[in-house]
Amino acid sequence: MARHTLSVLVEDVPGVLTRVASLFARRAFNIHSLAVGTSEIEGLSRITVVVDAEGDLLEQVTKQLNKLINVIKIVELSADNSVQRDHLLVKVRSDAATRSQVVQAVELFRASVVDVSTDSVTIEATGAADKLAALLEVLEPFGIRELVRSGTIAVGRGGKSMTDRALTRN
Amino acid sequence: MSNGSRITPAVMTSHASREPRDRNEPAGESLVPGPNRVVEPVTMTGSQAIVRSLEELGVTDIFGLPGGAILPTYDPLMDSQTIRHVLVRHEQGAGHAAQGYYLATGRPGVAIATSGPGATNLVTAIADAHMDSEACVFITGQVASAAIGSDAFQEADIVGITMPITKHSRLVTDAQDIPQALAEAFHIATTGRPGPVLVDVAKDAQQAQMEFSWPPRIDLPGYRPVVRGHSKQVREAARLIQQAERPVLYVGGGVSRGHASAELRELAELTGAPVVTTLTARGVFPDSHRQHLGMPGMHGSVAAVSALQMSDLLITLGARFDDRVTGQLSTFAPKARVIHADIDPAEISKNRPADVPIVGSVKEIIPELTGAVRDAHAESGAPDLGEWWTVLDRLRETYPMGYAPTEDGLMSPQKVIERLDAHSGPEAVYVAGVGQHQMWASQFVKYERPHQWLNSAGLGTMGFAVPAAMGAKAGDPDRVVWAIDGDGCFQMTNQELATCLINNIPIKVAVINNSSLGMVRQWQTLFYESRYSNTDLNTGHDTIRVPDFVKLAEAYGCLGLRCEREEDLDATIEQALAVNDRPVVVDFVVSRDSMVWPMVPAGVSNDEIQVARDMTPDWDEED
Repeated sequence: MARHTLSVLVEDVPGVLTRVASLFARRAFNIHSLAVGTSEIEGLSRITVVVDAEGDLLEQVTKQLNKLINVIKIVELSADNSVQRDHLLVKVRSDAATRSQVVQAVELFRASVVDVSTDSVTIEATGAADKLAALLEVLEPFGIRELVRSGTIAVGRGGKSMTDRALTRN
Repeated sequence: MSNGSRITPAVMTSHASREPRDRNEPAGESLVPGPNRVVEPVTMTGSQAIVRSLEELGVTDIFGLPGGAILPTYDPLMDSQTIRHVLVRHEQGAGHAAQGYYLATGRPGVAIATSGPGATNLVTAIADAHMDSEACVFITGQVASAAIGSDAFQEADIVGITMPITKHSRLVTDAQDIPQALAEAFHIATTGRPGPVLVDVAKDAQQAQMEFSWPPRIDLPGYRPVVRGHSKQVREAARLIQQAERPVLYVGGGVSRGHASAELRELAELTGAPVVTTLTARGVFPDSHRQHLGMPGMHGSVAAVSALQMSDLLITLGARFDDRVTGQLSTFAPKARVIHADIDPAEISKNRPADVPIVGSVKEIIPELTGAVRDAHAESGAPDLGEWWTVLDRLRETYPMGYAPTEDGLMSPQKVIERLDAHSGPEAVYVAGVGQHQMWASQFVKYERPHQWLNSAGLGTMGFAVPAAMGAKAGDPDRVVWAIDGDGCFQMTNQELATCLINNIPIKVAVINNSSLGMVRQWQTLFYESRYSNTDLNTGHDTIRVPDFVKLAEAYGCLGLRCEREEDLDATIEQALAVNDRPVVVDFVVSRDSMVWPMVPAGVSNDEIQVARDMTPDWDEED
């Protein structure tokens, strides 16, 4: 099964996230990640969904998604033609003895330390999924106490916008 | 440089930019249904705005039942000069009545209920309307917005509950939003692929003051149904039709919903191709027409089922390759290429990949296709389908729709339905429940006009007939409306006989009483070694007859008749047809051993159609 990243432009109305998420659930799709936030147009939100699915089934579910009245547009973003980023906060076990090693790793990955205590360091990192996986692998030996991820967000490369003509009756 | 590919609706992407597409909304014209009278701003309550909006939308009939959370709206409803409210006995009845009203008249059906149990009682009807693409608007009261989410008395999250079974749904908590919410609901329900829309209005929004004006602005940036088919696809379809040696017009309920019967007939007669009409399409092409082979599917005619199996081209119009039509999908119409015209892009290639997809309304697509076929004929002549018809005619003659006489001396249900049709004719409306009687009604009534036949197809809701017949009769009072019902179905919703009597909606109910849940019993006979687990209803011949349908009819003030012998059949039907001042219930006591044939057992190939038990046609001889 291939992994797909979908950008879904929706009206920012109550229940819209439920409608979108439940359509995936109804077809037994596994949502790998889901991120929601405002877009550049007031009243419109943008949902980025990463799902594992076969091509035919994905086409069917996107057609069904498109039937939702509050869904305005759906775009599939491939790895080649888009920038895809994940954001994470990770709390690593670390005292005075190991702190410098942790900080070194953080610098190597161009991440940053956002909180320090006597027995822990909290790190913020942004990047593509494989970069973050590598970071976590390096941090693992110190002991990961807590991990939070935003879910992937993605935007197409180049000057065009997904919202171009989204609201015009063409 | 790239912003990704817009992937839906996939079938439209390839040509989306090449040709301007007509939306179903001409620029500048109001999308608000109804007469669009201009109403200058006037202060009123949310409840008054609900009633006034419905009036401005042109609604004349509503089915419903009041309760706490919708009480504010029932007060101004009492004063409406143009809306008749029919008080039902159960909200499910209101829902099915709204469906029947829509199916018979083409006008959107409206049902109204209170919060909590009132709303949940509508759920079956909403799901049914969703499966069969029916334009219905459901209005429910909701507890006051401050109480939402607190498990308040009679609170249910009906918007959440109905999300997967509505075309759209919306909770209104601000009185000012009411006109727009209702106008959008009617617009969504009636355009594109029709479907049910639910508007849930919090009690405080009904009570609050608001400024009413009309028409409201419809603001649905995510809703743009495509109506006109793409002309290149239409030409490609015509090319395939021109090449086909064994084409079949596979016609579904979309042609009924799209009111495209006349257009279909023109296309059919021009191509000379055989026509099959699915359960939701019965009547859109006359049964008496020479090119009509009947209904395809699990209980379809041998000619219709085999025509699809042998076809080299399915001209699919407003049909959705339902499992009851296709049987085992992998062996359905194995040699056929597929033209698939549908207003809903999600139906195309859902079950069967389409070679030529055409997204749009059949009302627009069929005439364009007819024109393209005519052009093709002018260029290279009409294809000769003589050999194809030789095969089909032989099938039709060898395996006509029929039934064996009963062995227990009781009437055969098929005969009852044939005589009902013979006496009532094609101008009557026939409404069925779900089960054996439904299949017989679909097989043995001669359907000659669209909207003559109403039933619950996709969801298969037992109990549909009586309330749907009520809705049909309310919407089209000059027609004779027969609910052809089973003894099981009838016991689910017959309380609406009270509604019919009190509101002067004189429907006629033919209970095809085989004293059992007949279709389940048939499956038990065929697949469970005649072990009749929980299918005996004790309503028929030689039983304790609980309930006695004649007495039940009389208790409701209706005329109750019973017919047990074939020699009384015609006189009983005539008697039922003669009474029009109140509903009539006829208890037709029939044999419980009659079965629906032909039949394709569930999950097997349509090639294994049986014309009677263990009797499959000899294909080598036919083909």
